[in-house]
Amino acid sequence: MLHLILFLVFGAVCVAGAVNLLVQRHPINGALSLVVVMGSLAVEYLLLGAEFVAAVQVIVYAGAIMVLFVFVIMLLNAGEEERTRGSKVAMLFGVPGMLVGSILIGWVLIERGSGAAVPAGALPGAPKVIGWLLFHDFLLPFEVTSILVLIAIMGAVVLASHPDTDQGRKEG
Amino acid sequence: MVPISYYLILSGILFACGVTGFLIKRNIISIFMSIELMLNGVNLSFVAFAAQWHALSGQVFVFFVMVVAAAEAAVGLAIIISVYRTRETLNVDQVDLLKL
Amino acid sequence: MTPDLHLWLIPVLPLVGAVINGLFGKKFSQQTIAGLALLFSGAAFAVVLSVAFRFSALATPHTETLATWIRAGSFQADFAFYLDHLSLVMLLVVTGVGFLIHIYSVGYMGEEGGFYRFFAYLNLFMFFMLTLVLASNYLLMFIGWEGVGLASYLLIGFWFTKDTAAAAGKKAFIVNRIGDFGFLIALFLLIKHFGSLNFEQVAQRVSPLNPETGGAGLLTAIGLLLMVGAAGKSAQIPLYVWLPDAMEGPTPVSALIHAATMVTAGVYMVSRSHLIFERAPTALTVVAIVGTLTALFAATIGVTQTDIKKVLAYSTVSQLGYMFIACGVGAFSAAIFHLMTHAFFKGLLFLAAGSVIHAVSGEQDMRQMGGLRTKIPWTFWTMTVGTFAIAGIPPFAGFFSKDEILWRAYQASWVYWAIGLFTALLTSFYMFRLWFLTFFGVYRGAAEASDEDAAPHGHGHGGIHESPMVMVIPLVVLAVLSVTGGWIGVPASLGGSNRFGKFLGPTFESTTPGLKAGPGAASQVAPPGKESEQPEPQTGGASEVALTGISVSAALIGFGLAWLLYYRNPRLPQQIASRLGGFYRAVVNKYYVDELYAALFVKPLIAGSALILWHGIDQDVIDATLDNSAHGANEVSDSIRHMQSGNLRSYAGWVAAGAALVIVYMVWVGTR
Repeated sequence: MLHLILFLVFGAVCVAGAVNLLVQRHPINGALSLVVVMGSLAVEYLLLGAEFVAAVQVIVYAGAIMVLFVFVIMLLNAGEEERTRGSKVAMLFGVPGMLVGSILIGWVLIERGSGAAVPAGALPGAPKVIGWLLFHDFLLPFEVTSILVLIAIMGAVVLASHPDTDQGRKEG
Repeated sequence: MVPISYYLILSGILFACGVTGFLIKRNIISIFMSIELMLNGVNLSFVAFAAQWHALSGQVFVFFVMVVAAAEAAVGLAIIISVYRTRETLNVDQVDLLKL
Repeated sequence: MTPDLHLWLIPVLPLVGAVINGLFGKKFSQQTIAGLALLFSGAAFAVVLSVAFRFSALATPHTETLATWIRAGSFQADFAFYLDHLSLVMLLVVTGVGFLIHIYSVGYMGEEGGFYRFFAYLNLFMFFMLTLVLASNYLLMFIGWEGVGLASYLLIGFWFTKDTAAAAGKKAFIVNRIGDFGFLIALFLLIKHFGSLNFEQVAQRVSPLNPETGGAGLLTAIGLLLMVGAAGKSAQIPLYVWLPDAMEGPTPVSALIHAATMVTAGVYMVSRSHLIFERAPTALTVVAIVGTLTALFAATIGVTQTDIKKVLAYSTVSQLGYMFIACGVGAFSAAIFHLMTHAFFKGLLFLAAGSVIHAVSGEQDMRQMGGLRTKIPWTFWTMTVGTFAIAGIPPFAGFFSKDEILWRAYQASWVYWAIGLFTALLTSFYMFRLWFLTFFGVYRGAAEASDEDAAPHGHGHGGIHESPMVMVIPLVVLAVLSVTGGWIGVPASLGGSNRFGKFLGPTFESTTPGLKAGPGAASQVAPPGKESEQPEPQTGGASEVALTGISVSAALIGFGLAWLLYYRNPRLPQQIASRLGGFYRAVVNKYYVDELYAALFVKPLIAGSALILWHGIDQDVIDATLDNSAHGANEVSDSIRHMQSGNLRSYAGWVAAGAALVIVYMVWVGTR
């Protein structure tokens, strides 16, 4: 019972945050609602028993990625969105298409879903167990993603650096 | 006792909101955030299925998705910065030179 | 045991010469080319001579099969050669006269371009003509038939950069084609009703049939259609129009193809089919009428022509008409006899005309000639012999052959004889007109004064000069033949024994029931010394001599008229022409036949083709399909390219829509 209530409450918060992201015109507002979404998602993970994932969600997603977003918004001094001529295609085809798709999936899930209920904390994902999996069965993806992150760092540094300062450093 | 399908519906709603945001928004950073929203929705469905089938690899995968999302966000934002430097605008409708 | 005479050598040797000269001649020197051409055509002549020597020991007809060609059910056609008396005569004429003309051409074409091409074509022609003559079935003969048409086209249009020459070549080929159409239908009828195209088999199956006296029937149809083919190839009415235009070709070509050999193919073919014709009296009558009309018609045109080669061309048409008169009254061996003597004297006349043209540096208009007899004596004397021969003055060759035709024509109907006699008068007239205009009087031309190249045969050395010996020797040989050639056919009434007719007798033996009842003649096998086709009446002797006398006097009258109008009183022709006014103009313009054909057939056909086939189908359907499909592709891609607008959101929209479609599909498949 509590499980259901908690789920519904935080689910509502999630959806509200997502809708707010759509509605807000200033990106900083959107970023903050996204943080709310991520926080409530972390609670949902906890409800499903994925402790480690929940923690990582808060630390990495909400704590690092969203911070990065906010920094960039402030750096670029992004303002409110202007009203420019949009794309007709996106409106005409994209949104209805997406709606259709999601409704269909939802319908399928509801009709054909197993309906099996899982208790709270159904699958405890303790860090030890996750770590074991990570370093045994998923070792290769782990290493590859670490290289990926390295490349991303280098790429980000190169892309975002000022052209002048680079030249200055070369002569120096 | 919450049926798994509830989680999946929630994940679907999040995903749909992400797509809609991608289509509607004009600011490139907002579009990026919609992408993050989509990824989050997918993460939720991964964990939900992991719980349903009692397979921990679902959660491990969420971990990887997050790593990739981080990398992607970093590089993507760097690109946005350099585009802003050349184009002086964050409006995605005004950066349409790659056309026929 | 039939000896193997290697008959296949006869056509194949010139073919080898043609191939070698055609493929490699560009790199050879003129001597090599000439040597090769003469070697191969001379070799063919030598083989024919050897065959002739052994001929009397052979059982005729002698066939040699080279290879099987078509075997379809009960129908069979082979590459096989057929030698009998008729084909031997034709072989001797074709290879002999052909070889002489090859020799002449070495001199005549020496300063023209395309030397190797000319001899390649000439040898090719020999190959096809010999195939035609030696063939043992109609199908192989048709190959030779078409092939000589091809060689004729190539040689008429030899100077193809000249528009008139190219057009003349096309005209010859196309008009020939019309005749070939008739020939083909006759072949189809033969296959359908007699199941074979082989001469011997057709003869076997046709012999037992009765003559179709009703005027219509299968054999009449076949005969008429064969006559259509012969009319095309041998330039009879209405398909003669190509022959005067064919004079655009070099003179040796005119001599060989359009006088001595190719145009006689029609006569040969009709003679080969004599069994069919003898059983279709209507067809025979048509042949005779066509021949008569053509002879007269062409002779009248020849009287007014001013180009020396055109006069000879119309003369050829007219003489071919004589041959068809002979065929039409059943006197096939007389036709072949005239064919042979005509080959001699007409070949001679053309070659001598070529020599004259060579002497005056390319001028062909007789009004620009005159007084040449002292300057080119060899040419003059040989041409004189030829002129006397064609006019039918004894004892030259033309007299005997033409006289025999007139005699046989008289026996069939006096109308044929009368028209033939008048034509003989005209023949003598225009030939002596040519003779007087060219060789007598005062020289009216310009060759001595200037060095200009007036016509294709002009060369820089001015002055009227005799031809080189390589050109004169064939003239002399042909002149001798024109004198003596007729002596093997002297009829009984004049004291001879008609050895030619006897020689050809076995070929033309007729076993037609009911045809033997000639006036007062015995039936059964033909008595020796007379024609085998239609036995001569016993009372022939006196009337034949009388008729001979009349024809000789007609020839002499013609000579006299020509002397009067063109030697004695040169202004008279002009006065006569202006008196006759419109009629004269019509004759000079060849009765406007070419214009008539152009208006009736050529222009509507060209207009129809341009309108329907060119604009309607080629442009509007075929081209339009391609153009429009390309244009359509262009339009489609043009409209699709707007999809790539550079706008991020529209891309995302498309992706979302596409994803939705995939999801729909998967759901549908999954929940079915």
